[in-house]
Amino acid sequence: MSSKVIQAMYTDDDVLMSAVKKVRQENHHIEEVYTPFPVHGLDKAMGLPHTRLAITAFLYGCVGLSVAVSMMYYIMIVDWPQNIGGKPSFSFLENMPAFVPIMFEMTVFFAAHLMVITFYLRSKLWPFKEAENPDPRTTDDHFLMEVSVHGDEEALKALLLETGATEIKVTEKH
Amino acid sequence: MYTFSNRLRLFAIISFVLGAIMVGLSFADVPGSVEDMKAMEAAHGHGHDSGHGEATHDDGKTAHHDEHKTHAAHADKEHHGDAHGADVGHHDSAKHDEHKLAQLQNKPWAAVYVAAFFFMMISLGVLAFYAIQRAAQAGWSPVLFRVMEGITAYIIPGTIIIILLIIASVMHWNHLFHWMEPSLLDPTSENYDKLTVGKSGWLNGTFFIIRAVVYSGIWIAYRQISRRLSLKQDEASDNSNFKKNFRAAAVFLVLFLISESMMSWDWIMSFDHHWFSTLFGWYVFASMFVSGITVIALVTIYLKSKGLLEYVNNSHLHDLAKFMFGISIFWTYLWFSQFMLIWYSNIPEEVTYFITRIEDYNLPFFGMLALNLIFPLLILMNSDFKRLNWIIVIAGIVILFGHYIDVFNMVMPATVGPNWSLGMAEIGAILLFLGLFIFVVFTTLTKAPLLAKRNPFIEESKQFHY
Repeated sequence: MSSKVIQAMYTDDDVLMSAVKKVRQENHHIEEVYTPFPVHGLDKAMGLPHTRLAITAFLYGCVGLSVAVSMMYYIMIVDWPQNIGGKPSFSFLENMPAFVPIMFEMTVFFAAHLMVITFYLRSKLWPFKEAENPDPRTTDDHFLMEVSVHGDEEALKALLLETGATEIKVTEKH
Repeated sequence: MYTFSNRLRLFAIISFVLGAIMVGLSFADVPGSVEDMKAMEAAHGHGHDSGHGEATHDDGKTAHHDEHKTHAAHADKEHHGDAHGADVGHHDSAKHDEHKLAQLQNKPWAAVYVAAFFFMMISLGVLAFYAIQRAAQAGWSPVLFRVMEGITAYIIPGTIIIILLIIASVMHWNHLFHWMEPSLLDPTSENYDKLTVGKSGWLNGTFFIIRAVVYSGIWIAYRQISRRLSLKQDEASDNSNFKKNFRAAAVFLVLFLISESMMSWDWIMSFDHHWFSTLFGWYVFASMFVSGITVIALVTIYLKSKGLLEYVNNSHLHDLAKFMFGISIFWTYLWFSQFMLIWYSNIPEEVTYFITRIEDYNLPFFGMLALNLIFPLLILMNSDFKRLNWIIVIAGIVILFGHYIDVFNMVMPATVGPNWSLGMAEIGAILLFLGLFIFVVFTTLTKAPLLAKRNPFIEESKQFHY
C-alpha cells in the first residue's frame, strides 16, 4: 500500500514556522520540509533531535591524535632513533615539542574530514545522486511542507489552507 | 541598584586583613644576614651542604648570574663536582650564600608582586575586553557592561600598587629587578655586566617609573572616560555619548596594544633582563584576557544568583564560556610557540629561561598546562556544559589558579630561583589582593544601576539568545 501525502507550499518562512507549529499541535506527522535556505529554529519547531555530528568529530579527533602519536613514536623513536641535529630521540616525551605541530594537524585533519564524510553518509549525499525535492521552486523562494495523510484528507487540507498555504497538492509517496 | 552584601564585605575585609598579617609575618621571617639564614636552615634541618649544593646548582643555569660571573664555566663544573659528592669549589661558597640570602629576602616581595600583578592584570584584561565589545558594537554584551565597569574599577588601585612596588625596587628596598643593581653598570666592579649596560638606555630607574606612570595613565584615563560616558548615556536624550565611547574604545585599543606590550617587557620580562622574546607581550596579553573574561563570568554568575541581573540568560554565559575556552587555547598556542621555538633552536642565551623553569619549577611549569589547557579544553568543549553555572565556576577557578601559576612562573625563577614555595607569603598576598579586589569591585557595582539604560544595543542584548 502506498501512502498519500499532502504537499503544502508556502512563500514565507515565518508563515511556514507557524504552520509547522500548528500542524504539530493537531497531531499530524510532518514527513519533510523543503526550504531554499536554513530557517532558524525550524528543527526545534519540528521536534527533530539534536545532531550528534559534533560527538563524532571529537572521537575522530582522538583517532587522529592517536594515529599521529603512534606513527611518530614508531618512526622517530622505535624504528630508527637517529640523532638529527642533536634532538633527543631517546624517548617520545623528550622529543615531543617537535611532534606537536603534526599531532595538532592530524587531529584537525581527521576530525574535519571524517566528520564531513559522516555528514555525507548520514544525509545520503554523493555525486550523481538524483535530486529529491518535489518541486524545483523550493530551491529558490518557496517552502514546502509534506504531511502524511491518515484519515480525513479534506480536514487536513482545510487546516493547511488555514495556516497560509498558497498551493496544495495530494500525491502518492512511493 | 546593587547593595554590597554584608557577608561579602566581611569576607573581603577578613581576606584583606588575614592576607596582610600573613604577608607581614613572612616579611618578618626573612633572614637578615647570612648567619641568620644558616641558623634558620639548621633549625629546619637543612645542613650547610644541601644549601650550598642548591645555590651552586642554581648558578650554573640562572641567566643573570652565569653571564656576569667571571667563572660561568667554572660554576658549571662545580655543579658536576657536587653531583659526584666531591667538595670542590668551596672558595666560592660565601658568594653563593649571599646569593641565596638575596633570593630569600626577595621571596615575600616577589609573592606580593605576583599577586599584585595578577589582580591588576585581571582588571586590565576586562578593560580590554570591554573596549573590544564597544568597538565591535557587540549586540550580546551590553547587559554585562556594568559588571565589566565594576571590575575595571580595580585598575586604579591595581596600577598604583604596582607603581609603588616598582618605586620600592628603584629605591633598592628589595632586589626584585636584578638590572637595578648599580654595580652591574660600574666598570670597576667585578659584577660589571656589559649586557646590562647595553640595555641601560631603556632599563633605568627613572625612565622605568615614567613609563609605568604613562601606561597606567592611559588605562585609567580610558576607564574613567568610558565609565563617565556610559553613565551619562543613561540620562541622555541622544546617542552622542555612545558614539564618543565608541571612538574612545577604538583609540584606547590602539594605545592599549602598544602600552600592554611595553608593560610586559618592563614589568615581567625585565626580571630576566638577559633574556628576550618577541611574542612575550601577546603571551602576557592572552593570560590577562582569559583571566579577565573568567572573572566577568564569575561575577556575573554571582550577581545573577542574587537575582540582580534580570536580563542575563544562559546564552550570555554560554558566550562568555566560549571566550574562556577559545582564549585558553589561544594562550596555549602562544605559550607553545614561545616554548617550542626556543626549545627547538636551543640557543644558549635564550634557552636558559626555560632550563631554569623546567629544572626548578617542573610541576608549576608543566602543571599549568593541565590547568590552563587540558582542563578547560575538555570541560568547556561541550555546548551544554557551557550553560551550566557550576561547570563555569569550576572551570573559572581552575583557569584563574592556572594563570596565577603562569605569572608565578614568569616572575619567581628570576627573583627567588629554586627557593620557591606556595607558602605563607604567596597565599597571604593572594588573600590580601583578593580582599582588596572584591572590595573595590563590589563597591563600584553599588554606584550605578546594573543595567545600562539607553545603550542602543541594550534591547538586542536583553533578547540575546544563542
